[in-house]
Amino acid sequence: MASKFLKSNRTGWLMAGPAAALIGCFVILPFVFAIILSFTNQRLVSPNAAEFTGLANYRQLLGMATLTLDPVKDEAGVVKLAADGTPEYPAVRSFTRNNPDHPDLAGMREWFSFDHGDSRTFILARDVVFMQALLNTFIFVLVVAPLQGGLALGLALLINQRLRGINLFRAIYFMPVVVSIVVVSLLWRFIYDGQSGLLNNLLGAISFGAMPKVDWLGNPNTALGAIILMSVWQAVGFHMVIWLSGLQTISPTLYEAGAIEGASKWQTFRYITWPGLRNTAVLVLIVITMQAFALFAQIDVMTGGGPLDSTQTIVFQAVERGYGKQDISGGSTISVILFVIVLSISMIQRWLTRERT
Amino acid sequence: MKHFTLAAGALLASVAFTTVAQAQTTLSMWYHGAGNEGEAKVLNQIITDFNASQADWKVELQSFPQAAYNDSVTAGALAGNLPDILDVDGPIMPNWAWAGYMQPLQIDEAKIAGFLPGPKGYWGGKLYSIGLWDAAVALVTRQSILDELKLRTPTLDQPWTGEEFMAALDAAKASGKYEFPLDLGMAWTGEWYPYAFSPLLQSFGGDIVDRTTYKTAEGTLNGEAAVKFGDWWQGLFKNGYAQATQDPADRDGGFAAGKYAFSWNGNWAALGALAAFDDTVFLPAPDFGAGAKIGAASWQFGISAKSAHPDGASKFIEFALQDKYLADFANTTGLIPATKTAAAMTENYKDGGPLAVFYGMTEANALVRPVSPGYVVQAKVFEKALADIANGAAVADTLDAAVDEINADIEKNGGYGH
Repeated sequence: MASKFLKSNRTGWLMAGPAAALIGCFVILPFVFAIILSFTNQRLVSPNAAEFTGLANYRQLLGMATLTLDPVKDEAGVVKLAADGTPEYPAVRSFTRNNPDHPDLAGMREWFSFDHGDSRTFILARDVVFMQALLNTFIFVLVVAPLQGGLALGLALLINQRLRGINLFRAIYFMPVVVSIVVVSLLWRFIYDGQSGLLNNLLGAISFGAMPKVDWLGNPNTALGAIILMSVWQAVGFHMVIWLSGLQTISPTLYEAGAIEGASKWQTFRYITWPGLRNTAVLVLIVITMQAFALFAQIDVMTGGGPLDSTQTIVFQAVERGYGKQDISGGSTISVILFVIVLSISMIQRWLTRERT
Repeated sequence: MKHFTLAAGALLASVAFTTVAQAQTTLSMWYHGAGNEGEAKVLNQIITDFNASQADWKVELQSFPQAAYNDSVTAGALAGNLPDILDVDGPIMPNWAWAGYMQPLQIDEAKIAGFLPGPKGYWGGKLYSIGLWDAAVALVTRQSILDELKLRTPTLDQPWTGEEFMAALDAAKASGKYEFPLDLGMAWTGEWYPYAFSPLLQSFGGDIVDRTTYKTAEGTLNGEAAVKFGDWWQGLFKNGYAQATQDPADRDGGFAAGKYAFSWNGNWAALGALAAFDDTVFLPAPDFGAGAKIGAASWQFGISAKSAHPDGASKFIEFALQDKYLADFANTTGLIPATKTAAAMTENYKDGGPLAVFYGMTEANALVRPVSPGYVVQAKVFEKALADIANGAAVADTLDAAVDEINADIEKNGGYGH
């Protein structure tokens, strides 16, 4: 006997059916697959059957260790100095490769190191590239979320006026959103070009040639920043529209009341506009965060993760491994890790921005 | 109802018609060259000729854009939907053969005796794929540059040594006329790196993977010779001989614009270089100690494992191996025909032809990329290692990391069937 819930909702189920089936097919099923595959050694192209490997993929990605070394001393016990005058330390690779005394460090690489007292501690990772990808993605999210959200709000306030031709400005700000991200990335590759790029020419012109040419995407110090800037510019229009829709739901009577009470511009914003945008703000913040974690196309088109891993990101690594290196299980593992990260951050954001009663 | 009978009648009639008119079995074929009109014309001509030449088989072609081709084959294989005949990039073939996508060709080996080694795709001792053409890389420069810098013209018998090559770059740098002495094509990321640069490593005495066993890269990719290569490679960029990041436009037009004295480039770009300067010359690869080496193997034809008609598919491939078709392809694409007799039939590769020198280079110096299913991964690892070293990463550590990644991958795949 069909339950009342199913029966009386027949029309509802019929209407939700197509969407639910599609979501199940293309979102939920692949996701369940990814979780299962991350515990196997499944390959994209292989005659070998997949085997269950437990947490091996996770260990390989997240494995870390520390190694504290004393500087090299000569026979007299004096610390040897390297060419740049700093104390010389034994090569980390002599501990991580073919060293029977340190089997647990085999295959690890130095991620970074710091000095304390007379010795230096090396942080080793089993997968330095993935660690770098994690770090870069977090930097990207931390910079992009406030910058893009704030800029979008500023633009929304600017275009939320009754001016002649305001639609023109709205269209201009929104245009980059409509253009494919791949096309935008290609264009910005030309803008950032180290030799004859538009940005270098522009900076050269306004500084009367004093500004040296910078290879924006070819320099590990500027590559991630260049991609952040371009990404903010590209998607800011989308969030501007969301802010704008929030602004237009605020009742004009509130502003009229504020004006009668003699509220200043700042007071109007602080006590009328901002509280009215609460829900919009939560939405914008969460959407930007999730989109920023999914950073891929810009990297794929503009840098391919280089130079020197300065623009590796989590999703780029997932694709690179899953398809480029035919390691579907490795790619799936990265996806699952990303899912856990995004889910926890979204829940924290939800909790921080909850309605306080 | 009346409608239905009409349609059914038409269907019946058409079936009857096709069976009567042509008792040919259809062979499906996939090709990577969608959008390339010249290639399509030659291939369609071969198919038309083949279909008309006999009564048993009929080949039907489906073309894919190159960028989507490999993914299409992988997807097709997973779905059990591969065609009878497919084409495959030479170094990828062992991966597909090992994965069970392809089966050996049924072709009389005598028919390919005169072929260059690169176009012949062997895996496990069996011929899986055969190409109608090959590609080669040369050091492109101008006779006037050689004269002005007072450099000896290297030959296949006496290529430049590593020292002579560096002396040539020094001379070009000292002349102050060029943005960079050498254009390596760093803008062409992807397969260009292993194709064009791993022969340089091999010329130093290293390799991407140990070819005696194909089970490890230890000692070949991080041994003494490889580290020497890595130091040299890093020096090219650190000392201003070449640029680590290159504008793609400079790769395409930089040599013609006089930005570079030497350009490491393939024969497909050779006609353009000749058009830019009358005195363009193509020099053989330098010898860094272990012999001059260049890459080999381009796109080749093979048969899918699931094909029910490998005999017919083999017949078609054998039919396509005629000299006239090899010459047609070479004339259209500028690539090197796979046989000497076909080369003699082409404008560019006949004796004294403007590109004939490339035939000699591929004959003398060609070395295929590692013949292993693991090459797909090894190529990616190698590319990243070279890009990182070019950008200043520590040479020995980077090569060690590459070796670790390659070895872990080989182990994860149960030795890739070697």
